[in-house]
Amino acid sequence: MKRLPVRKTYKLFIGGAFPRSESGRTYEAEGQNVARASRKDVRDAVRAARAALPKWAGMTAYNRGQVLYRLAEMIETRSSEFADLSSGREEVERTVDRVVWYAGWADKLAQVLGSSNPVSGPYFNFTVPEPTGVVAVLAPEEPPLLGLVSRLVPVLTGGNTVVAVASETHPLAAIELAEALATSDVPGGTVNLLTGHADELAPWLASHMDVNALDVTGADGAAADLERAAADNVKRIVRGEPDTQSPWDIASFLEFKTVWHPVGQ
Amino acid sequence: MTELERKQDRTPVPKEWAYAPAPEARDIVSLRERYGHFVGGGWLDPSESYTTISPATEEPLAEVGQATAEDVQAAVLAAREAFENGWSGISASERAKYLFRIARILQERSREFAVLETLNGGKPIKESRDVDLPLAAAHFFYYAGWADKLEYAFPNRRPRPVGVAGQIIPWNFPLLMLAWKIAPALAAGNTVVLKPAETTPLSALLFADVLRQAELPAGVVNIVTGDGRTGAAIVQAEGVDKIAFTGSTEVGKAIQRELAGTGKKLTLELGGKAANIIFDDAALDQAVEGIVNGIYFNQGHVCCAGSRLLVQESIYEPVVEKLKRRLTTLRVGDPLDKNTDVGAINSKEQLARIQELVASGEQEGAEIYQPPCRLPEKGYWFAPTVFTNVAQSYRIAQEEIFGPVLSILTFRTPEEAVEKANNTPYGLSAGVWTEKGSRILWMAERLRAGVVWANTYNRFDPSSPFGGYKESGFGREGGRHGLEPYLQFDGSE
Repeated sequence: MKRLPVRKTYKLFIGGAFPRSESGRTYEAEGQNVARASRKDVRDAVRAARAALPKWAGMTAYNRGQVLYRLAEMIETRSSEFADLSSGREEVERTVDRVVWYAGWADKLAQVLGSSNPVSGPYFNFTVPEPTGVVAVLAPEEPPLLGLVSRLVPVLTGGNTVVAVASETHPLAAIELAEALATSDVPGGTVNLLTGHADELAPWLASHMDVNALDVTGADGAAADLERAAADNVKRIVRGEPDTQSPWDIASFLEFKTVWHPVGQ
Repeated sequence: MTELERKQDRTPVPKEWAYAPAPEARDIVSLRERYGHFVGGGWLDPSESYTTISPATEEPLAEVGQATAEDVQAAVLAAREAFENGWSGISASERAKYLFRIARILQERSREFAVLETLNGGKPIKESRDVDLPLAAAHFFYYAGWADKLEYAFPNRRPRPVGVAGQIIPWNFPLLMLAWKIAPALAAGNTVVLKPAETTPLSALLFADVLRQAELPAGVVNIVTGDGRTGAAIVQAEGVDKIAFTGSTEVGKAIQRELAGTGKKLTLELGGKAANIIFDDAALDQAVEGIVNGIYFNQGHVCCAGSRLLVQESIYEPVVEKLKRRLTTLRVGDPLDKNTDVGAINSKEQLARIQELVASGEQEGAEIYQPPCRLPEKGYWFAPTVFTNVAQSYRIAQEEIFGPVLSILTFRTPEEAVEKANNTPYGLSAGVWTEKGSRILWMAERLRAGVVWANTYNRFDPSSPFGGYKESGFGREGGRHGLEPYLQFDGSE
């Protein structure tokens, strides 16, 4: 007798757990029923991201780099699953290499982007990069894995926590990524992944008062409305590319803090 | 109390005495009766105008233009023309030399500008003379040197100018904010349309004469005056590639909404409600000077003013007592007098806003203290004010007052200080006073603010990046970081 396979239920990834949508709804994508997140799920995800921020942002940069490298390992070991859910093996390999590239940036940022400032007076003055806080990422529709990772990982590298909305038409790679994240050492809540209709979720993220920055790379056509809503709490807006790697993509989600102290005896 | 302090306490203070008046001569400034807009290297007759006054005396100083959308468009066209045909073509080292010239001329004419700044804005001459002017000149000098070194500031990114920058500046440091805006914009190779604040247009208009002396090509810098309608016209104007705004969070949000979806670059330097945190091991007399400098500098018209004082509970009484005693020695009055510490409130509207918020503080239950001082009869004045018994929820602890008004709260532990300091939508600046070095760095790491002053306050320097977290805005001014908003780069690595 042929064995009946055990199918996967495709769920959200919030606070390190895999809940169904609070709405109890799903939608069909890539031949599967996928959770259709609601406004309540958005709020839960933002709360989880905020709660996770002190731990992730407070890690040493060296440690954060190691955790991101571990994530690359976790993606590599699932290569064949990811290959099935993306455009293929090449996309997966580029994704892994990109994560490794960013992992190496974590403990270089302060030296490349920070400064010691020669002020005219007896003061020691320096500027350091710090994470912006909770970042909402609207992942591009394509490529399903590399697009999401290209937007997500620079945000993480800088020490931010994330609520990401997966590609609506190709969400399965994002869900697979959630499983890789859950088995890496990325603390629960650092990355929260929502699947569903982007046009239902993005406005709540854009107007959420506890989200500090918004990556609108995946917001086709709707960016103006989202950017308008984002002004309610002066969110940083990032319009990126679906397939890039750059330290400036990290810098877009950093704040610069300048500290002064007198020099004396 | 030490023996010396006890002695001083017993020493009788003469009841009535005063410094002799020491007014700075104002004839160094000669004003025209009326000004137009400085567009394309010449003066454009305004279709509408208004009178700009001295807030210390309410005396009219000059008629200035209220730029319409058409006037703004003319300025943008002039800036575009200058950008396309000339400015972006001249070599970067020549561009640098224009900026060096401007810095030098500002230094040479600094007293004239200082007097004008004080006349039109109401700030004490000792501040405009010793802070605003030297810093404005230093900004031009600093950014001049960057003009031909951009490749080193941004390696592998091929930095290029953005184009025409629209810049809208506030009334608290009129010339200094002009320098913060124009110097990096020009160093990066852009051209500029700048609008000074409605109440303080004169130093920007006099700056046009500096540009003439520096022989800066026509149209590279254009200056239009007017109120918020003019600012809105700049934000909406076709052909402006980048907006830089310093001012209130409310207007900043409106600008961000207006630019949504346009792809125009934007930097915002907005309001603040900074915590100035005093630990029990701080050098108290120095800390009190820092508190005074933090909130009464420039009448508290400072976005990064230390308007919330957080005092560790164990030293609450001595700090409040020392502070109150120090307030009685602040000299409030004629801003042109060289001994004046606190000048005039910048405008009638701002005075009304301060009065309204102070009244709300009293109404909500805070205890008010103002030192005895005689305020001039004409002009806009507000005595240095301290509120004690303030709860976190009071409006005076939440809203930016932008006046000489301090709210005092207390804390017990460093954790509580951090939590209270960060409990605001703003994040521009913060102060920490303690003798313990490791605590300074621990606090500096946790304060969500763009500038942290430790054992000092309200220090500025052209090489030092300045700007906000959260609703205090985004982008940095000063330092290498201050060039970035005025440049565009190649996509990725």
